[in-house]
Amino acid sequence: MKTNLKKIREKVIESVLMLSSVTTSITVILIVFFLFIEGAGVFSRKPIDDGFLLAVAPSNSVQKLSPAQVKDVYDQKIKNWKEVGGADLPIVLFRTSDISDYYTDEELGENFENFPQKINELITKTPGIIAFFSETYKAKQFVGKELDIDKITISKFLSGEEWFPTAQPIAQMGVKPLIYGTLWVSFGAILIALPIGLAAAIYLSEIAKKKTRNLLKPLIELLAGIPSVVYGFFGLVIIVPLIQSTFNLPVGETALAGSVVLAIMALPTIITISEDAMRNTPRAMKEASLALGASQWQTIYKVVVPYSASGITAGAILGIGRAIGETMAVLMVTGNAAVIPHSFLAPVRTIPATIAAELGEAPNGGLHYEALFALGCILFIITFGINMLVEMVTNRKSHKKH
Amino acid sequence: MNKFKLFLILPLIGMLSCGKAKTEDKGEGNADASVSVTIKGSDTVLPLAQKEAEELMKNNANVSITVVGGGSGVGLTALIDGTTDIAMASRDLKTEEKLKFSESKTEIEKVIIAYDALAVIVNPANSVSKLTREQLEKIYIGEITNWKDVGGADEKIVAYSRESSSGTYEFFKDEVMDKKNYATTILSLPATGAIVQAVGQTKGAIGYVGLAYETKEVKQLSVSYDQGKNFVAPSVASAKDKTYPISRPLFYMFNKTNEAKVKAVVDYAMSPEGQKNVSEIGYVPLK
Repeated sequence: MKTNLKKIREKVIESVLMLSSVTTSITVILIVFFLFIEGAGVFSRKPIDDGFLLAVAPSNSVQKLSPAQVKDVYDQKIKNWKEVGGADLPIVLFRTSDISDYYTDEELGENFENFPQKINELITKTPGIIAFFSETYKAKQFVGKELDIDKITISKFLSGEEWFPTAQPIAQMGVKPLIYGTLWVSFGAILIALPIGLAAAIYLSEIAKKKTRNLLKPLIELLAGIPSVVYGFFGLVIIVPLIQSTFNLPVGETALAGSVVLAIMALPTIITISEDAMRNTPRAMKEASLALGASQWQTIYKVVVPYSASGITAGAILGIGRAIGETMAVLMVTGNAAVIPHSFLAPVRTIPATIAAELGEAPNGGLHYEALFALGCILFIITFGINMLVEMVTNRKSHKKH
Repeated sequence: MNKFKLFLILPLIGMLSCGKAKTEDKGEGNADASVSVTIKGSDTVLPLAQKEAEELMKNNANVSITVVGGGSGVGLTALIDGTTDIAMASRDLKTEEKLKFSESKTEIEKVIIAYDALAVIVNPANSVSKLTREQLEKIYIGEITNWKDVGGADEKIVAYSRESSSGTYEFFKDEVMDKKNYATTILSLPATGAIVQAVGQTKGAIGYVGLAYETKEVKQLSVSYDQGKNFVAPSVASAKDKTYPISRPLFYMFNKTNEAKVKAVVDYAMSPEGQKNVSEIGYVPLK
């Protein structure tokens, strides 16, 4: 009887444990699945708002405009049709709200019921027009010519250099500046954090007295518990002006400011993990080295550091992992201008900052929303790659041992 | 064996009683407080709505109001989804939003609760004190990049804008930039406070904020909408008599079917006491 109950009890505990691990795995898979489904949606769409169209007069010989051309036309950088391969004719811009410049409210009707007919009229009498309006206002016998707009492709999405997801009429979806921005900031962070972190780890594990260590270690671990917004404020108020005056820049919100803040945030990870790895160096190896006449320094850089190399690498990579995904702190200090950076002293916009800043306004299920999910996919792929690297590095260590 | 059973049963009882207690609380809450209203949206309207909500709740214990920021777009999206009762907006509905509302057959009631003027701000060390609309437009589309082109020192212009979710961003684009897109080099910051901070500490900076955010760390510019004939400084008075050109209405928007629920809040905003808060916060009252 008693043994039976014990067995049942063990079974129950076992199944509870199994259930929780299964639910976790399923949740993770579902999240990734959801992310990619939503993100993939962007590649089957046109970069124009749903249910809207761009039309020109029927006599116009231009068939097609690239997204960049449409943006330049509406920014009035291109002012004549001959610049895009048409006749020598000035371009007349028309947006839905411009209708009141041409017709009175009475002419349009109370609920805009005369709108389609009036647009037809306008397009016929203005040969240079380019009109952007909703399909609900498109007349049954529409006289204008609809411009062809290409769907967003993966290669254009990745190689595009302009990020204007809310631009009207055509959204500019180029994520290259965002990817570069993310990589620059993270790379800079690791460049700063690795030497400092490594030095601190060596000091803590090999040199510091027990008392100092007991004081310093909790302090460093405390760094990991500070909310990222606080780091962001600290960066905006202290680091940004500091960088601005040190390098005599017109603006202090730069990739470097982001890197410094992220470096501080990545330090606890790097220090804790590499220190643990160093302390795992077998005592016998260290003593053998000292017994052979090596000084403490020689022991550290010939025995301890090489032995714990994989642990240090893992710490560094996990540190970058944290840096790449960090949102709030970076959002506040990097200036968020979506340009491809050419130096650490220029403003950048990172992927997480973009998602955080823009997701709130993006209409659910719209093009902008899906583009942000696609950005999330890119971020996921980057961090996934990094985690794979950690796995490989730590595996190499265990092979060495055997 | 008994012990084991107890282990299983105790948490269960705990869970059940917790659940029960919670539902009871909810019921009581609904019976007592007659309305609980959520207001969400523009960060520009936020300080005003917050203040009015506090005053109203002080006077009227039956109303409980939650005010949340996030940007006009956020508030309107929430209104479409039905997760807020009132959307605060610092701009009118966009065409897409109008279509969304008409698709879901919801009729939206818009109430103007105050006017806000947008002040263009620069660093106090900057010698420029006035700009025309055309100059502002060229600065923000990236055609003018040095202060000496607009009568200042030889210094690079660092232009700040709000993030694209903000109503201020759209308003500035529509009113000042003639609907052209911002240049890619424009720095964008997530909050008005951050813009004031950044402009205050950056010598060549220019930015725009609501009049209510005015502080001593930045200098406000006079602007001209008639090619430089008349320059008007931003102030409550000049916005009120409509001589200051960059001003905009601030809205409360709500679903018409929801009118009874939000009536107390909207009525208070329009009342003389409510309008008194408007001038206290630094916006322009309706009358």
